Amino acid sequence: MSTEAELNPTSYIQHHLTHKTMSIGEGSFWVLHVDTLVMSLILGVISLGFIWMVVRKATSGVPSKTQAFVELLIEFIDDQVKNTFHGNRHAFVAPAALTIFVWVLLLNSMDFLPIDIMAWIYEHLFGLHNWRGVPTADVNTTFALALSIWVLTIYFSIKVKGFGGWIKELFCAPFGKNPILWPFNLLLNLIEYISKPLSHSLRLFGNMYAGEIIFMLLGMWAATGVAGTIFGAVLGVGWAIFHILIVVLHAFIFMILAVVYLSMAHESH
Amino acid sequence: MNINFTLVSQAIAFSIFIWFSTKFVWPYLSRAIEERQQKIADGLAAGERGKKELELASQRSSEVLKEAKQRAGEIVIQAEKRASDIIEEAKKNARVEGEKILAGAKAEIQHEIFSARESLRQQVAGLAVQGASKILRREVNAKAHADLLASIETELK
Repeated sequence: MSTEAELNPTSYIQHHLTHKTMSIGEGSFWVLHVDTLVMSLILGVISLGFIWMVVRKATSGVPSKTQAFVELLIEFIDDQVKNTFHGNRHAFVAPAALTIFVWVLLLNSMDFLPIDIMAWIYEHLFGLHNWRGVPTADVNTTFALALSIWVLTIYFSIKVKGFGGWIKELFCAPFGKNPILWPFNLLLNLIEYISKPLSHSLRLFGNMYAGEIIFMLLGMWAATGVAGTIFGAVLGVGWAIFHILIVVLHAFIFMILAVVYLSMAHESH
Repeated sequence: MNINFTLVSQAIAFSIFIWFSTKFVWPYLSRAIEERQQKIADGLAAGERGKKELELASQRSSEVLKEAKQRAGEIVIQAEKRASDIIEEAKKNARVEGEKILAGAKAEIQHEIFSARESLRQQVAGLAVQGASKILRREVNAKAHADLLASIETELK
């Protein structure tokens, strides 16, 4: 922050909301948010690597505490998937749900790290200016996840029902087979196909982004002096505790919605 | 919040992570968990079986115990019956023996009486003969009158 010429609320928030970018081509699309990408890759590799290390040594006998923890996690996911998805969940849906839950949970959890301290660490320890630590507060991440799920739902729809079956379902569900209803069916299905990834991704993004913004707003109490700093810190703790709920809840919701969409793709109407 | 290539890169990363966890994470642990579930189910079944067997065994043992008690009772009753039989028999034997002894004693007494009477008669006869011979000393020749003496003696007997 010391590099900022003048420090006011706008510059403070803008500072924290600016991504570390890398241009890889012409135009505004060919830009990479390096911070989002690196943070999510690191967290993904760490979390899945950890789980992988544990399950490689998994025993069906008495489990170690670490294995028991991972088993708890996996059985929790498995239970959720079992209730929603009625097929061979071990082939794809359950492991995908595990990946989504663990990854999104960790990405969300980056929100707990105190925003200014982390900015200082990124800047002075790693020499990274404008480094945002919460990848799910980047709409690109949530859209990437939601659109991947969306593509998978279309893939599984076609795989399970065949291409003809999928097209037929676009026209004949949910109202009925009557040709008069075809346009309405198609319209509703199109709306559904568009709204699914939008709501799926924006729900997570909005919550995480808002959480980050509120931490910043609370952080601005520090501008009012010692008493304000303490007050802001107390409020920050309160928000962080409440945020634990939000972080876990939205990781869970994101995972469950993905499972629901995938199982809807497997069922024919 | 502008959409850019980050989206694509994140989607690729996501796909790789899903592939990794589908391929390397899930199967291992779900297998281990299923094996453990099987083991636990087997263990529970074994426990249940053991309990049932224990129940059966205790039932059997109580049956055996009951039978044994019954047998013991029967044996005691038999023994008591036998004892009373033996006592009865002993009493009967004793009575019979006593009667026999009594009869023997009576017979002996009769015999004694008879033999005493006999010896007394003989002595009386002897005395009579002696007296008679004393009286008839002179005229009676013992040799000559032996027949007579013998007949008297027989008569006195």
